[in-house]
Amino acid sequence: MNRLEKHLREVKLRDEKAAIFFITAGDPSLKETFNIMLHLAENGADCIELGMPFSDPIADGPVIQRSTLRALKQNVRLEDILKLVQQFRKKSPAPVVVMGYYNPIIRYGVDRFIQDCVSSGIDGLIIADLPYEEGEDIEKICKENNTSLIYLLAPDIDPKRTRAIVRASSGFIYCVAHYSTTGTHKQNDDKVLPQTIKSLQDMTDLSVALGFGISSLEKAKELSRLADGIIIGSWLIQELESATDKAECAANFVNNVKAAINNHRGKLFSVKREC
Amino acid sequence: MRKKGYFGQFGGQFVPELLMPALYELEEGFNTIGQSPEFKDELTDLLHNYAGRPTPLYFAKRLTEKTGGAKIVLKREDLNHTGSHKLNNCLGQVLLAHKMGKKNIIAETGAGQHGVATATVCALMGLNCQVYMGVEDIKRQQLNVLRMRLLGAEVTPVTSGTQTLKDATSEAMRAWISTVKHTQYVLGSVVGPHPFPLMVREFQSIIGREVREQITRFGLDEPDVIVACVGGGSNAIGIFFPFFHSNAELVGVEAGGYSERIGDNAASINYGKVGVFHGEKSYFLQDENGQIIPAHSVAAGLDYPGVGPEHAYYAESGRASYVTVTDAEAIAAFKLLSHTEGIIPALESAHAVAHAVKIAADMQKEKMVLINLSGRGDKDSQSLQTEEGRA
Ligand SMILES: Cc1ncc(COP(=O)(O)O)c(C=O)c1O
Repeated sequence: MNRLEKHLREVKLRDEKAAIFFITAGDPSLKETFNIMLHLAENGADCIELGMPFSDPIADGPVIQRSTLRALKQNVRLEDILKLVQQFRKKSPAPVVVMGYYNPIIRYGVDRFIQDCVSSGIDGLIIADLPYEEGEDIEKICKENNTSLIYLLAPDIDPKRTRAIVRASSGFIYCVAHYSTTGTHKQNDDKVLPQTIKSLQDMTDLSVALGFGISSLEKAKELSRLADGIIIGSWLIQELESATDKAECAANFVNNVKAAINNHRGKLFSVKREC
Repeated sequence: MRKKGYFGQFGGQFVPELLMPALYELEEGFNTIGQSPEFKDELTDLLHNYAGRPTPLYFAKRLTEKTGGAKIVLKREDLNHTGSHKLNNCLGQVLLAHKMGKKNIIAETGAGQHGVATATVCALMGLNCQVYMGVEDIKRQQLNVLRMRLLGAEVTPVTSGTQTLKDATSEAMRAWISTVKHTQYVLGSVVGPHPFPLMVREFQSIIGREVREQITRFGLDEPDVIVACVGGGSNAIGIFFPFFHSNAELVGVEAGGYSERIGDNAASINYGKVGVFHGEKSYFLQDENGQIIPAHSVAAGLDYPGVGPEHAYYAESGRASYVTVTDAEAIAAFKLLSHTEGIIPALESAHAVAHAVKIAADMQKEKMVLINLSGRGDKDSQSLQTEEGRA
């Protein structure tokens, strides 16, 4: 069990809901991302999902596309993201996973990338265009390095396949609330979604987190009740876009979400500060 | 082993999880309905009586004389209904979607030929059709935009990225993710995740199968060389695959654009590197960080930074060779064929013509070079004139 799994288990044991936040590395700059990460962690983010920008993000809606473009304008490379997390690790133990597309990782070298993730303090990977069918090799490498490989799961798919994916997953189970790109607001299926999550929870001890299209505190509350945690991306990025003090914005955001989904704020990650 | 849909090390299914159920459903439909005698009979009937197949195999006498070498023969896909080989694939895929009960069809298009072909078959079968097209391509392929709208399709302009085929494909995939249960995505080339490369190959192989029969007229079993342009690679696979186990030399022509510099061309096999994009493992134009580089070609239908996995495999194994032809050479061949034979080729196909003429000149008169003339050039006449005006 690595840091990510351990932490999410503690959250579950405390009968709390986990809040996971997605931001793009390098939007609007690596320095700002670093500050935002610290404030997310300090105010109780249970995991930070750090987006690795790719030229053609086919699973993402307009908000994350825009964010990706801003990061690419800064020429953010995987090397920079690894360094960013190294710096972050000196200050905070909060779990960090990276999320991106496969091609930049292939270019970097899959083995080398996963080893460098581990030595930089990254706890897991999400690869948006790597379904279970193609994940066999990379799963093995992740396992050898005690790093999580997080697959996405959709509601209403063949139970046999769901079981296979759950068995191959580590870190947490990323369940998508509905069929769409990121950041799309759609009505969830009131029947299918709770059933899906229930059956996932019966299959695994890993936390089941729900994501895609959470864009209000009400929605956060509603979905967090169904699962062990929620994942918020586009909504946070939209708030950050218009904020002048982005770190403060991130801090308030986490506080509000945590307060909405839990009765109290839960355990916070203390951040080492220079005196 | 979980993975499937591979040609050597190339191919696979690199898509977001949300598309996997749709790919399974499509594969199942293709393997059952798509292989049934009823489906095949209906498709054959449409190919003959609607599309006008078989397309002629034509000996280009004046072009041959002018070149002064091997016989040059044209497979006339330009005479297929809607003006290119693209219809072969659309008849197959849209008929399949129809039989699978889908009411909505989405497609991407570059030159507009695949968009027009998709819109055509949707009109024929009474299905809703939405075509994603980059704004840049909308500008340079006005005629096809008009045609699609006339056929009742909705043309959705794509403003992201370079606003060409790459971005139209990304946007169509995003749209498919959100509508997957009632919508079928009809891909226009032998690219993308399994089962598309396999399925499109099957529907396009009619080209090569016809040639096998037609070529006996020249007292031959096979030509010495087969030349086809390669964007995603569907017209090329369609004519190569039935000759895979033959002695014919197979030559794919990629778009050389202005130069060999990355960003100046669309020659993924020649100038790209192995990677994963738009659902497949293949060769892609990319920078040292794995970001996809926008392609360039004067031919909108070749303007794509990747290539189908089967071509990547043919290239690696040496079964086919892949060369480049520049924008300028393609434009010269466009004019040459128009003047000597009274056939205005698509700018895409003109790439194949340019290379064929180059090699035929150095071959003996008894030899034969076969060009897959994938489409006609009406759509290009206007933008070419603007280009000339600028020069
Ligand atoms: C006439 C014509 N030829 C060739 C192509 C390139 O596609 P492919 O390589 O799949 O045959 C296109 C694409 O639009 C086309 O319109």
